[in-house]
Amino acid sequence: MDKVKRNSWLVALGSLLFSNLALADWSGLNMREGVTQISREVYELHMIVLIVCTVIGAIVFGIMIYSMLMHRKSVGAVPSTFHESTNLEILWTIMPIIILIVLAVPSTRTLRSMYESGDADIDIVVRGFQWKWQYTYLDDDPLQEVQFMSAMLTPEDEIYNRTDKRENYLLDVDNPLVIPINKRIRFLITSNDVIHAWWVPDFAVKKDAIPGFVHESWTVVDEPGIYRGQCAELCGKDHGFMPIVVRAVEEPEYELWLAKQRQEAREAYETVGKTWTMDELMERGEQVYNQTCMACHQVNGQGIPPAFPSLVGSPLITGPIGEHTDMVVNGKAGTAMQAFGAQLNPAQIAAVITYERNAWGNNSGDMIQPSTINDMLSGQ
Amino acid sequence: MNAVIEEHHDDHGHGPDKGFMRWVLTTNHKDIGTLYLWLSFIMFLTGGCMALIIRAELFQPGLQLVEPEFFNQMTTMHGLIMVFGAVMPAFVGLANWLVPMMIGAPDMALPRLNNYSFWILPFAFSMLVSTLFMDGGAPNFGWTFYAPLSTDYAPPSVTFFIFAIHLMGISSIMGSINIIVTILNLRAPGMKMMDMPLFVWTWLITAYLLIAVMPILAGLVTMMLMDIHFGTAFFNAGGGGDPVLFQHVFWFFGHPEVYIMILPAFGVVSAIIPTFARKRLFGYDSMVYATASIAFLSFIVWAHHMFTVGIPIAGELYFMYATMLIAVPTGVKVFNWVATMWRGSMTFETPMLFAIAFVILFTIGGLSGVMLALTPADFQYHDTYFVVAHFHYVLVPGSIFSIMAAVYYWIPKWTGNMYNESLGKTHFWLSFIGVNVLFFPQHFVGLAGMPRRIPDYALQFADYNMVSSIGAFLFGFSQLLFLFIVIQTIRGGKKATDQVWEGAHGLEWTIPSPAPYHTFTTPPKDLAEAHG
Repeated sequence: MDKVKRNSWLVALGSLLFSNLALADWSGLNMREGVTQISREVYELHMIVLIVCTVIGAIVFGIMIYSMLMHRKSVGAVPSTFHESTNLEILWTIMPIIILIVLAVPSTRTLRSMYESGDADIDIVVRGFQWKWQYTYLDDDPLQEVQFMSAMLTPEDEIYNRTDKRENYLLDVDNPLVIPINKRIRFLITSNDVIHAWWVPDFAVKKDAIPGFVHESWTVVDEPGIYRGQCAELCGKDHGFMPIVVRAVEEPEYELWLAKQRQEAREAYETVGKTWTMDELMERGEQVYNQTCMACHQVNGQGIPPAFPSLVGSPLITGPIGEHTDMVVNGKAGTAMQAFGAQLNPAQIAAVITYERNAWGNNSGDMIQPSTINDMLSGQ
Repeated sequence: MNAVIEEHHDDHGHGPDKGFMRWVLTTNHKDIGTLYLWLSFIMFLTGGCMALIIRAELFQPGLQLVEPEFFNQMTTMHGLIMVFGAVMPAFVGLANWLVPMMIGAPDMALPRLNNYSFWILPFAFSMLVSTLFMDGGAPNFGWTFYAPLSTDYAPPSVTFFIFAIHLMGISSIMGSINIIVTILNLRAPGMKMMDMPLFVWTWLITAYLLIAVMPILAGLVTMMLMDIHFGTAFFNAGGGGDPVLFQHVFWFFGHPEVYIMILPAFGVVSAIIPTFARKRLFGYDSMVYATASIAFLSFIVWAHHMFTVGIPIAGELYFMYATMLIAVPTGVKVFNWVATMWRGSMTFETPMLFAIAFVILFTIGGLSGVMLALTPADFQYHDTYFVVAHFHYVLVPGSIFSIMAAVYYWIPKWTGNMYNESLGKTHFWLSFIGVNVLFFPQHFVGLAGMPRRIPDYALQFADYNMVSSIGAFLFGFSQLLFLFIVIQTIRGGKKATDQVWEGAHGLEWTIPSPAPYHTFTTPPKDLAEAHG
């Protein structure tokens, strides 16, 4: 208990030093306190160690500056001859050890509570892709599972300074993760390609998403709100453009949202059976292309060869539709071309293939129906 | 001193050969030291230009100058070139010049090997830099080149990167064997280990670190090569491999590596501060033991770079405690330097200014290191600009300032000419202000949540990034002044005395300025001055 008191005393001192006296808005310059018990503990730990380090620095630098002013030749200082003192050496070995122990105690406590595993109310699989996130809400009944991709919404025009940058520049996504407050949420974090890291500063959750591993992390959010983070591990070209947005809502709102997602998934499943027109496929295909393919193959389909090949008049696009479909569904090992069969639904895949074969002067007139893709996927 | 000159006369009187072949064929430690230092400076400017491209792009939010792909190539090449091309060769160059002169040896123990270890490097770095012009571009996966981004997802140039790393490793291993053999075998008769100057001590320990970890790096890039070209799956989860293994091996090399870049700096500062405080180094013995402790600890803390990869809690706790321990011997060093200054009689020539700035700014980097050691807090700091600020504080005003301090301190001995003191001080103050304006704000944007290695950032980080970029250009262009001062000193200037600095102690100050081509062809007898 004593420790807790002392910690809060230090934190109070910290806020006095760093928050109240600062002229600028300090909150933009410091770690965020966040909205979970854990994130507040981490913030407190950060403030303690920041203050300890600042005080040590001030003392050491103070002594140095005093010495530089008083013990300079130009003020007639005569050098002493002392050059060792076992007592002093022992003193400045023991003192840091004591300070470190004082710091280790709260760190150990916080770390232990972060690693407390327990049953979660909701399990969400977070899967990193180059360069977007996929969220899957696990359910005992696989038909009830909700799965969607979450990619950055900021348009190229803002990034290339052609239009004004809006609030939440680079930090907005098409489909945010939605979670209820006051529920224990378990994140099962993994990756489909390279290593990413899923980081939401307000939850103090940062975990690497590593292919072949599923790592666990958890949070309980206190306050409704929209919390933003970013990928924190270099993952290739668009590492800077894969934000994370979490919308924490009251439980009833979450239930409504979840029901709606389930219904939409069912509808999408049902539309697979219908026969789409060319216009429908092209319209949908352009949408999917811009969300999914454009980052590499570019808006005009020209790509960035050789890493990202051009789609305009390429042998694959003008060749048999079967090979083209195989490429989109299964990807190409050893390249950035992913297996989109796992990310997109049959309608999206059919639409984007149709779009690629008919856009940018590729006017082949070919089209492929979602039902064909569906048969192919379920046949696998 | 006269004795030395006369002996030099008797020594068949051969000086350096003439022309370009002198530098290609040289086995003279002073020539090779000079070559290393110039290579290092060229790489420093090259890596610096890349840093300026990065900072120019980050001057404002949005993409203005470069595409994300090229930005990633710049961050990668900047890191690799600065680590392997600027800092490490500079210290090897200083070791070549100084170790034989400090221990009273005529040359390095293995002069031909010395020539090879240098001449490998221009080829290695030409190959590395040439990847910029290859199809698919240069390596773009960060200087830590984590798999699978650097294997299955890498540009084709990664193979050249691997070969360049192999060459650098061979060079480093040969260089460190040479340094160890020289120090252990060629000390002037009567000079005991505990009589050696601290620079010699720190380099001895550094050389052992190099020999221990460079083969690990070689093994790592070889595994990458196998994964890329020969169908193995060391790091490919799809083939039963383990991407995290890559990080364990990398940091088992990488953590000692970062100390390789700072231990010789400790030696430099431990030579300079006593000279200008006119007082012996405080706690020589404890300095030696602290250096050895830091070197030992560097092998058992590697996973603190990987707190977020999902290590079990027992591992997290162990690596946290072990990492915190490093603060103890590092603290001892800082306190010893302060105690050396205490009640001395200080003057503030350029080397001393750089040395004092080293102590202060390195300490700031060390303190943020303590913050990063605390695992729960590290979850928030990891891979943000806070980390960028931390390691740049220990590497730029740490290692690089110590190298500059060393150049100003010993250049009168090397060239026989004094540098221009007021220009030197101008260079110091521009660098000091520049480096702080550059890196201090990065602590804030990092805490506020800006990830590292991103070409564009959210609007709330705009102000401090602009400040940081201004500092970068100030610091960067100040180094042209350094180049000018060095060339000016080589070409002429006030003649330096043999002792050069009033308070200097050590064998290198007993020989004439400039140091003759061959020194200590007979070992010195008076060793009382060997360490300060």
